[in-house]
Parts: sequence; structure tokens; C-alpha cells
Amino acid sequence: MDILKKSFKKSIWIFHLSTAACNGCDIEVLELLTPRYDIERFGIKLVGSPRHADALLVCGAINAHSKPRLLEVYRQVPKPCLVVAFGSCACSSGIFRESYSIVGPLDKVLKEVDPNPNIVYIPGCPPKPEAMIEGIIMGLEAL
Amino acid sequence: MKLLFYYLLYPGFVFASVIGLLSVWIDRKVSARIQWRYGPPWFQGFADIGKLLYKEVIIPKEASRSGFMLAPLFGLASVTLGVTILGVSSINLSASFIGDIIVVYYLFTIPAIALVYTGSTSGNPLSSVGVSREIKLLLSYDLPMVILIVMVATKVQGFSIQSITQFQRINGPIILHWYGVIGFIISIFCIQAKLGRVPFDLAEAETELGSGILMEFSGAVLAAYELSQAIMLFGLPFFIIILFWGGVSGGIGILWAILKYLLIMVLLILLKNTNPRLRIDQAMKYFWGWMTGGAILAGILAYFGV
Ligand code: SF4
Repeated sequence: MDILKKSFKKSIWIFHLSTAACNGCDIEVLELLTPRYDIERFGIKLVGSPRHADALLVCGAINAHSKPRLLEVYRQVPKPCLVVAFGSCACSSGIFRESYSIVGPLDKVLKEVDPNPNIVYIPGCPPKPEAMIEGIIMGLEAL
Repeated sequence: MKLLFYYLLYPGFVFASVIGLLSVWIDRKVSARIQWRYGPPWFQGFADIGKLLYKEVIIPKEASRSGFMLAPLFGLASVTLGVTILGVSSINLSASFIGDIIVVYYLFTIPAIALVYTGSTSGNPLSSVGVSREIKLLLSYDLPMVILIVMVATKVQGFSIQSITQFQRINGPIILHWYGVIGFIISIFCIQAKLGRVPFDLAEAETELGSGILMEFSGAVLAAYELSQAIMLFGLPFFIIILFWGGVSGGIGILWAILKYLLIMVLLILLKNTNPRLRIDQAMKYFWGWMTGGAILAGILAYFGV
């Protein structure tokens, strides 16, 4: 079992989900795939289906419209999984905090379905690529 | 006992999956280097499989439970059998039997059928689009490939690995003739499609269907699929080597076989990295038009012995 857990840390497949982001974070994610920051070095790759995912990368403050979708996708990801709160919006609602449509930061919303999710917070608006890599690697080490 | 050893260890399951997963790594690493990236470490394929085994398996509500779990295993078992027959009878020619080349080819087709079954039982609309594409692709690349196999078999007058290898030991590899060159090029395209790699990854189409036919696969089910894909990545180039390029002989011949295998891998990787995905109608036109025409031309040339 130990070796399987170790291989889990060496091969993280990420599903990218945008929940009412300003699109800044969504664009920045693509930087991780470029030659300069190439994240495949750590065995991380983007996948197209939540069923294959080991980490859910959530960008953006969550509003009333995207909340049920987020919870649905979270239920579809096979456990154990890591959730990455990507950008200030996902960590704390950021500049949209006082808005009428925002239902709260990611951790508060997720705790409604899962009392104990593994969340990594990567603040920044949008975060730098170095911060993203460091955040994901630190999250894996803590797992 | 001996058969079990062949099937499970060498050249069957363990050996083929180790080589296959290493080839998956070569594939990803070389693709990364072509794009000026660094690429994954060498154990990436193994880590992926281990990771998938560690995860939970989710079975869709509409799916039949046993079918969804068993079909990928069935596919894995049949590719392993195919690789075992290839490995045993290419090294020890007397173990070859009449028709084994056809048996191996159809054992390599079973994973696609298992995939179609699992994809359609999952009840996902995107999967069903992927399923229809996979079936069409299966029909299109099978035609030129079967024509080529029949061509080689009539040329060497025997449907077995033994007769093909012996013919090439006496008369030189088939690839040294024009019909062999044409056949080799066509079969490279056919195995690219059979492996479901770009430009023929229509059934998966990650950016378009979000993994399409594999959409509902998770955990161990996906691991079985990935493993059978890795074994095919080892088995199919090997099949081409036996068919056109003189097969494998002992001693220094093993080294030659490795070099030939790496060359075919490089061709497959270049094909993958320089082409965009085709539409399904383009792919069918391509295989039933150009490729089948080329295969028939190769057959005519083979008749005249050019
Ligand atoms: S953190 Fe900044 S860049 Fe990211 S979604 Fe929020 S406002 Fe946009």
C-alpha cells in the first residue's frame, strides 16, 4: 500500500474547473504547461474528465450559479483527491467578497458535502507560476 | 507450468508491461523534448498505474457492474496472450502454428472491442460519441492492415510466424523490396490508429470530448486500460518487425530487434507530434482511400516480386 501511496504523489492528474473566475487565473494555469515551467516533470498533467482526476484545480470565487456544479464535480472525482484553491478569489473570495451573488470561498462551500477535504491554498491575483508549483508540491507532501 | 511462466512472466504479462511502460515513458519524454520541455521521469508509467490502483473505482449508475469491471481486464488478458504468442514463436520457431499471425492480430483487436463495450455501457453521452467513432475507426484501419497481412502470407506461402521468418531469413527482409516499403509505411499509420494516438485519437479527443470513450473510467478500470495500451505499444511494433523486417533472432539479433523497435517508436512519436487530429470522415476516407489503395498496389507489386 505504501508504494501505491508514493506513486500517487508522483502522478497527479489535474482537472481544471472555473467557478466564476475573472479568467485571469484560468489563463495563468496554462503557463504551467509551457517549456519554461513544464509541470510534467513532476508527473502532473491536465486531464479532460473529473473521473480521471486526482486534484481539482478550482479558480474563482464561487457564486450561487456555479456552486451546485462545483459540488457535483467534487462528488464525481474518485477519492482520495486534492483540492487546489487557486487564486485569491478561491481562497477568500478576493475582490468579489461583498458581491450579492457570491456564496463564499471554496473551503466553506466544500465543507457542506465533505467535512474533511484536502485543500491547498495558493493566494495571488493571479498567482505566479512558481507559487503554483510550490503550492501543489507542498500540498502533496502534506498528504 | 511452462505455459503459465510464458504467459505471466516472460515474454508475457510482466515483461511486456515493463517494456510497454518504459516505451510510454520514451514516448512522453521524446514528445516533451520535441516541444522543448523537460518531460517526466523514467518511472512515470509505473507511477501512473500504481496511482490508479490506489484510487477508488466509481461505477456509473446505468452501467452493468460486472461488465464494466471485467471488459477492460478481458482486453488486458487478450493483449497479453497476443504478446506471448508473438514472443514465444518468434524466438522458438517450432512453437509457431498455422494461422498464428491472424490470431495475434485479432487478439490485438479485442481491447478495442472491450473499450467499445465499456464505453457504451457507461451511459455517458460524450462516451457514446466516442464509441461510434471508435467503431468507425476500427472498421477503417482493419481493411488495409488485413490486406497487408494477406499479401505477406501469400508471398511467403504460409499463415504462420515460422514461414514468414524463414522466408525472410532466406530471401532477405521484405522491407528491402518496394512492396515491403509501401506495406511498412501503411502499417505504421494503421498501428498509430490502432493505438488511438494523435492524429487518430478521435475516440478520446481530450480537448473536444473531454476524454470521450474513457470518460467514466476511474481507478483500476482505467489502470487496466492503460496497461493494455502500454502492452500494445510494445506488441504492435514488434508485430510489424516480424511481418516486414525479418523478425527476431537470438544473440546479436536481439540488439538489432531493439534498434528496429526504437526506430519504429521514433516514427510513431514524430507522427504524433507533427499532426493535428483528423475528423472521423477524413480518417475513414484516408484509410479506405489512400491506405487501401496503397495496400492493393503493394499486393500487385508483390505478385510481380518487385
Ligand atoms: S484571483 Fe484575481 S485573477 Fe484570479 S480569478 Fe480572482 S480576480 Fe481573477
